[in-house]
Parts: sequence; C-alpha cells; structure tokens
Amino acid sequence: MAAKKSQQFDPVETLNTIEEKFEMVQILNEEGEIINEEADPKLSDEDLQELMSRMVYTRILDQRSISLNRQGRLGFYAPTAGQEASQLASHFALSKEDFILPGYRDVPQLIWHGWPLHQAFLFSRGHFMGNQMAEGLNILPPQIIIGAQIIQAAGVALGMQKRKKEAVAVTYTGDGGSSQGDFYEGINFAGAFRAPAIFIVQNNQYAISTPRELQTSAKTIAQKAVAAGIPGVLVDGMDPLAVYAVTRDARERAVKGDGPTLIETLCYRYGPHTMAGDDPTRYRTSDIDSEWEKKDPLVRFRKYLEAKGIWNEAKENEVIEKAKEEIKAAIKKADGAPKQKVSDLLEIMYEDVPFNVQEQLDIYKAKESK
Amino acid sequence: MAQLTMIQAITDALKTEMKNDENVLVFGEDVGNNGGVFRATEGLQKEFGEDRVFDTPLAESGIGGLAIGLALQGYRPVPEIQFFGFVFEVMDSISGQMARMRFRSGGSLNSPVTIRSPFGGGVHTPEMHADSLEGLMAAQPGLKVVIPSTPYDAKGLLISAIRDNDPVIFLEHMKLYRSFRQEVPEEEYTIPLGKAEVKREGKDLTIIAYGAMVQESIKAAEELEKENYSVEVVDLRTIQPLDIETIIASVEKTGRAMVVQEAQKQAGIAASVVAEITDRAILSLEAPVLRVTAPDSVFPFSQAEQVWLPNSKDIVETAKKVLTF
Repeated sequence: MAAKKSQQFDPVETLNTIEEKFEMVQILNEEGEIINEEADPKLSDEDLQELMSRMVYTRILDQRSISLNRQGRLGFYAPTAGQEASQLASHFALSKEDFILPGYRDVPQLIWHGWPLHQAFLFSRGHFMGNQMAEGLNILPPQIIIGAQIIQAAGVALGMQKRKKEAVAVTYTGDGGSSQGDFYEGINFAGAFRAPAIFIVQNNQYAISTPRELQTSAKTIAQKAVAAGIPGVLVDGMDPLAVYAVTRDARERAVKGDGPTLIETLCYRYGPHTMAGDDPTRYRTSDIDSEWEKKDPLVRFRKYLEAKGIWNEAKENEVIEKAKEEIKAAIKKADGAPKQKVSDLLEIMYEDVPFNVQEQLDIYKAKESK
Repeated sequence: MAQLTMIQAITDALKTEMKNDENVLVFGEDVGNNGGVFRATEGLQKEFGEDRVFDTPLAESGIGGLAIGLALQGYRPVPEIQFFGFVFEVMDSISGQMARMRFRSGGSLNSPVTIRSPFGGGVHTPEMHADSLEGLMAAQPGLKVVIPSTPYDAKGLLISAIRDNDPVIFLEHMKLYRSFRQEVPEEEYTIPLGKAEVKREGKDLTIIAYGAMVQESIKAAEELEKENYSVEVVDLRTIQPLDIETIIASVEKTGRAMVVQEAQKQAGIAASVVAEITDRAILSLEAPVLRVTAPDSVFPFSQAEQVWLPNSKDIVETAKKVLTF
C-alpha cells in the first residue's frame, strides 16, 4: 500500500470524526419519556419495579449513611446520591457469576451483589470482618488506589475466559480514574486477550475537586476505547434504561467471546467526595447542582413507572420503610462485632505464620489476655 | 543426575510445577515463543500450550494486575518481570495489592503469585536492570522474598514458592544464571521457604550472605582458611522471613559474625540481620557485627561495576577486623 500524501491525511479531521461518533445514548429523558423506542430494553414490569426499589433503597441508605457518619457511628463513607442509575442499572444487567472489582464509591453494587449490609458498615468502620468475603460471593472490597482494580479486572476476565465461564469481570472507576496508567493498561490488556470485561467509568464530573475538563483533552472518556481497539460507549448515567441497555449489550458481547467494552456514564454526585471534610461549594456552584438535579435518575424513573401505572407513593414508602428497618438491623449487627485485636490482624497476614510474625503474635496474645 | 546451570534448574522447576498443577500459568514479556530474554521459559510454551504460557503486552503494572486477577479465578500465576529494575512500574500491584490481598479481605482471599525476576550486578547491563531492590520487597508485610545462590537451591525453592499460597518474590541473580553447574536431581524436591543453609562450616566466624555474595563469601572463607581461620558461611536463601534460628545457632557457635549483601548499605537486609543478632545473641559476641555492602550510590554505570560491587577481597578485609577485634 502506497503511503498517503500528507495533504490527503488530516489527523485533526480523523480525531474530530472519531469524537463526533461518541454521542450520548439516552432512552428515557428527564421527563420520564421513552425517546428511543428501538433501544428500549423492554424490561418486565417486575424488573422495572425491582430496579426502582433498589434505587430508592440505595438513596435511603445514602441518606442514613451520611447521618450515621455525622453521628460518629460510621467511618469512611463516599456518598452515592445522583449515581444510582449509573451504579444500580449497570449492576442490574449482571449475573451472580459476574465478578465486581469496585472503586471506593461502589458499595451499592456490592450490596446488591450479595455483600451483607452489616459487613459494608463494618468496612466503613474499619473492621476487618467487613471485608471477609463469603465463598462464592464474586466481589472485592472497595479499592482505594485509583485504577488498581482496572488491571485486576483484566486478569479476572482472562481467568474466566480460560475457565470457559459464561461470566464477565466488571470494574468501576471515575473520570479521575481514567487518567491513571492502570486504566490504559487494563483496557489494553483485556482488549489484547479479548477477555470478557466491562470497564465502567462513572464520569461524575469531578475527581474530588478537579473538573473533568482538566483530566484530558479528549472530548469523551468513552473514546479512549478506540486506542485499545475495543468498543466504547457514552451513556446518560442518569438514565436507568440506557445504562442497563448498554451494560447488557456489553455483557452479551463479552460472554460471546467478543471481548471487553468501555462504558462512560455521564452522571453527578450530589454530595461531597467523602464525608471526611470535602466541601463541594469550593469547586462547584449551586447552579450546576440544580442543573443536574433536574436530571435525577429516581425522578425520571418514578415518572416513567407511574405513567405505566406500576409505581405509586405507597409502593415507594414501603421500600423506604424496609430500607430503614434493614439499615437499623444491620447497624445493630455491626455493633455486635467483636473488638479487633492486633493478634487477629497478625493471624491473617500469611497462610502459614512465619517466625517473625509468630513471635509478635505470642507477645500480643499474652498482652490481650491480661 | 544432571549437571545444570541455575537457569536450567529454574526452567526445570517451572516445568515440574506446570506438570503437577494445571493452574500454574507462566506469562510476561517475551516469555512465550521467545522463551524469555534469558531463556528461563525455553520450551514451555511448546510443551504446555499458549493457554498456559503466554506473552503479555509490555506493561509491568498490567502484568501484576493480571496476576492478581488470575489468582482470583483460582490460578497460580508465575509472571516474569523481565528485569527487576522495572519493578517500580509494578510496585502498587505487588506491595499495594497482592501483598495485602489476604489481609484486606480479612483472610478470605489470597494471592498465590510467584514473581520471578532477574537482578544483580556484574553483567554490564544498562541502568535499571541490575539493582538489588530486594530490601523494598522485604519491607512489605505479606510478601516472602527468596534469592537462591545455587542451581540446586533454585529448583527446590522455586517449586516451594509456586506451591506457596502467599505471594513470593523470587529473585534470580543474573551473574549466577550460567556461572557454574551443579548436580540437580531430575525428580521434584522442595526446599522450605524461610530456611537458611550453612553452606560452609567453620568455628571462628559466621558470614551471613545471600545471592551472588554467597559465592564471594565462600571464596573469602577459603582465603582465610590459608591463614588458619575457620569460617562458616550461612546462605539466607529466603530474606523475608529470615531464618533467625540458623543465624543465631551459628553466631552462638562462632561468637563472631558479619553480614554481606550486594545492595547498598542504607536500610538493608544486612542491617536487619545485625539487629536480630544483637537482639538475641549479644552475649555470645566477641566482636562487633560488621557489614560488607555496596556504597550508598545509585547502581553504577557499568564501567564502574567491578569497583562498586562487594567482592571476596572486601569480605576478607572486613573478616579480619572482626576476627582480630
């Protein structure tokens, strides 16, 4: 093939053409109307109600977690309100066999995957028993190092492919996480191995305080998939149906052997980065907040379900009451966890306790028995 | 019994464990068709297939993450980091992630990964190839760090490392790869991790060393023998956890000790060994415990390697100070 003459090759145009292709997928608009019939995943009424219930439940969990944190009854907590569609509608497309590698804000998906609520509270309180995963529960504890989970997801996915499992590895990060080297290595490795992975970037506009436009010159994060040679999709992260549909499609491709997908969900966190002193008024205005609140995933989904006649205030209150009761019970259960000892921690360092650790274990056990 | 070089013994160990356990996977940069830049994985892809022995994209952090993920699917990954100087690219996966997997999951998950990697000076590499970075690894709770000094040990230790259910950093000194041959049994055998070995017995002085410095220490001991000093050489073999028992038993016998490491002096393994000796056997000591190490500069440009690396002459010189104190 002859080399193209330079005047025939316009890299700027190539870039623009690629960027224009990444249009945001939306199915349900802010008014709760289906605007893309063809793409409608046509979930059953039961599924729609279940997804709504999970989003309402999780909003309540978020509110309770924030107030428990303020009362000093919960530790590390990263608020989730605003991201319910992004988190729970993507999770709704998964199966129990799928493996979730979460970021630190992704506690809701873990809970709906089967992580007991009281364990999530113990994790928040800094108790090791929160992180003890039951056999067959396919999750990791929330990852603190931004991006570390993304390369691990490539490994889990490759393992699933080798085991010939009909399952996928799903990992979550944020717009900030997409700047990490591990993000590029993860999507590139999974692409090179055609491993069944789904990489979900929840673009909630701010990495703590740093706005999305300072992370990259790229118009979308989804387009970064192009460099790895994998499909990428930009989706309205406040639209439960769109998030569900693109995740379901990505999962289908993955289990069929067609490799990984990168999904960017455009969303917003209403609260602070975490409850440890972040003040969002330092980096965003209330105008921006209210602009996003208009897009709220619960509001539009509620409108949609009410119009279908399958949701009402009584149903919603039922979910709210159930959430409150279960949260109360889980806190009580978490309160009952045994006090942590240094010896507990030394015992879980290695399978076979080595000499140096054993020596310290003996010292601490003696101290603790006094 | 076959006479094998260390690199052949390593290939033999990999083959043995790949046969024993179908969950063992070997991967890294150029380890497949090419058999690794040192040929450590020579023939493995042909024998065990591309599903179990495979090349990865060129990214060390990705290799580390891949290993963690594969382990979560029940595999026993044996990735290669092409040269250990590249470890900085994969520090989070090693120290931040796999070393802590058991701990951070409250003991419910593990990371049975064995990272193999060549290191060590004296072979005129470009920068970031030869550095002794084992101290970085030894400082991380959750890891085990193994450095064989002979072909026989390499095979037995590598088999143990692969079978271990915790992450093991297995460092292979490049100068030892083909420097000498040794009888290595064809059948499988293991050498327990965390066990040192007395490589040479003696009564007057204990030299504690590991990796290429074991051979230098034995050379030094032979020199000192000519002057009627009887020198014992303890090969640590595993630097984390240390085999305190063997070290202390030897020091209590000889009453004099020194520690030799190829790494720079600052914050090193030798310092840890000295501290353990003074903690546990100070009343047995007839002299201060001295160290022979490289100086505290960055690993040198290759033309300066020979003057920078510790050798048997340096060891003899320091040994005399300890012996005549």
